[in-house]
Amino acid sequence: MRWLDFLRFIGQVLNRHRFRTLMLWLAIAIGVVAVNLLTALGEGAKVFVLNEVNLLGRKTLIVLPGKKETTGGMPPLSGQSPRSLTIKDAQAISRLSAVKAVAPLVLGNIEVSYAGKLREVILLGTTPSFFLMRNLEVSQGKVWANVDMQKGEAVCLIGHQLRHELFKSSPALGEWVRAGDRRFRVIGVLKETETSFGFDMADVMIVPIASAQSLFNVDGLFRIFIEVKYFSQLVMAKQKITALLKKRHEGEEDVTVISQDAMLSSVQGLLDILTIAVAGIASISMLVAGVLIMNMMIITVSQRTKEIGLLKALGATAGTVRLLFLCEAGLISLLASLSGLVISYAVLLVANTYIDTLQFYSPWWAQLSSLLLAMSFSLLFAWLPARRAASMAPVDALQGQQKRGQ
Amino acid sequence: MIELRHLQKDFKVGGDTVHALDDVSLDILSGEYVSIMGPSGSGKSTLMNILGLLDRESTGEYRLNGQNVSVLNDVERTRVRRENIGFVFQSYHLIPRLTARENIELPMLLAGISPKERRIKLDAVLQKLSLVDRAHHSPNQLSGGQRQRVAIGRAIVMKPSILLADEPTGNLDSKSGSDVTHLLESLNEEGITLIVVTHDQAMGNRAPRQLNMLDGRINDEIKV
Ligand SMILES: Nc1ncnc2c1ncn2[C@@H]1O[C@H](COP(=O)(O)OP(=O)(O)OP(=O)(O)O)[C@@H](O)[C@H]1O
Ligand SMILES: [Mg+2]
Repeated sequence: MRWLDFLRFIGQVLNRHRFRTLMLWLAIAIGVVAVNLLTALGEGAKVFVLNEVNLLGRKTLIVLPGKKETTGGMPPLSGQSPRSLTIKDAQAISRLSAVKAVAPLVLGNIEVSYAGKLREVILLGTTPSFFLMRNLEVSQGKVWANVDMQKGEAVCLIGHQLRHELFKSSPALGEWVRAGDRRFRVIGVLKETETSFGFDMADVMIVPIASAQSLFNVDGLFRIFIEVKYFSQLVMAKQKITALLKKRHEGEEDVTVISQDAMLSSVQGLLDILTIAVAGIASISMLVAGVLIMNMMIITVSQRTKEIGLLKALGATAGTVRLLFLCEAGLISLLASLSGLVISYAVLLVANTYIDTLQFYSPWWAQLSSLLLAMSFSLLFAWLPARRAASMAPVDALQGQQKRGQ
Repeated sequence: MIELRHLQKDFKVGGDTVHALDDVSLDILSGEYVSIMGPSGSGKSTLMNILGLLDRESTGEYRLNGQNVSVLNDVERTRVRRENIGFVFQSYHLIPRLTARENIELPMLLAGISPKERRIKLDAVLQKLSLVDRAHHSPNQLSGGQRQRVAIGRAIVMKPSILLADEPTGNLDSKSGSDVTHLLESLNEEGITLIVVTHDQAMGNRAPRQLNMLDGRINDEIKV
């Protein structure tokens, strides 16, 4: 048979048995969609849990002064320890090749006043990188430009609640507020709902690191936040930073570098259960899809046993007949699985635009295995009956018989 | 050209063995017109299926054009069948999704004949069977007689030397039946070997050579 005739023949089968093609298409597409959507649901839940415990971000390291055993748990937020971390340390770290951004942090309580109103707030001294690393967004104004860490401009950003308490509804941008014995110009207001590592950002004031240091009259840093370029470099970067600081501190290991791993280990058990649940959901839906496809395939081929007999009577070899049925099944299952994937994408897209709390996505392994499984189920269940029918004597196949004793 | 020697065909049904063909020996020459008659269950269809290589005999030997086809494998038998034998079945066996033209084209498609050559042969066959204006109808839009004409067209489009017809008029009214009979006979006059199984005594009697079967044996033979 010529290959063009071969294709045309298959095209005619799919086109002219439209109802059957449609049902088969549905069975396969539903299977693929089920696998992808259910897995996406499971993965979405998993990612949700991960994000909830994801206080730092996977690529973030924290340096804190003082040596401390870190087998797990968050370090205490209250500052301790003296002067062992400096701006110069932070600058040295930022020059490491694996490091993407560095944000030093100084922290303390301060009295803020404006037009006779007085508030006690937490004051953070840091650099613009801190906003990026902590995903802090500004609703009015903007962060100061990333100038020299050593230079202390008299500018500040304030949390939305602080803004409300000091300014009520009058404009805050450009106003000067007093903090301790200095004055700062308000250049930005933080967005509402901002929280970061456990405390509320509604009631804070953020100023350049050097300004905070001179305000509190300290040299040392409370923390240094570091973001590495690639997650794969995290461990390596951790070692390099430890070594670097040890060298800078006259060979004394007087700082602690922690990563999220330490904190994540406490929820690892939960994540393992979720992974198993996702895998279970995926395999159950694949099984259901497989049964759907198997049923459709078996029905269609046994309906066409007579046709197989006829084709053989008219001069088709058993090999040609098998190939015809395999290619037919292959074509429809490929098209149907691909459209199943497209439908899954569409549904997930819609779900993700309307549901904010969970982010659904179907991982590549679910997409690939749903495609492969749908294809192999179709091919297998086209192959088995077609092979049986093709190896029958033409006369038996013509009568549509299942079996005959000799 | 057809030589059957001691052909035996047994079916096992439950614990019993049915001898559908029992020691059949038969020679049919090229261009002959043979009718086969006999009561139901006498083995007529079984004989036709073996003649057409649609089924294998249990024992015995079948030589076609001097070649022993009993020993060929399935692929070789398929080729021999395609090149030598055309079939007409009582229930037409047309593929419903294909048009009349496509049904007739099917054997040429399977044989890998070029589209150009196919078109020439198709037009000739459609012309010959007066099916030109029905070419693009599907089988369920055709009458029984027309369907059987399509089936005959499909059987002869590869120009086989043998045409086997198992009760070709069995499902037809007498008018369409006699049309089909005349069509088959005209093909025979052009040289094709025609073997017809029929229950219709009048149709059977038209053949110059008439075989009568009973219990899997050729019981009686009339040559006119
Ligand atoms: N597939 C089969 N399995 C079992 N027995 C069969 C089979 N085909 C035919 N037979 C038996 O073989 C015998 C001959 O059958 P065959 O179909 O050749 O008869 P026939 O002469 O064509 O009859 P009819 O005129 O009714 O078509 C019968 O007894 C039948 O029951
Ligand atoms: Mg019969």
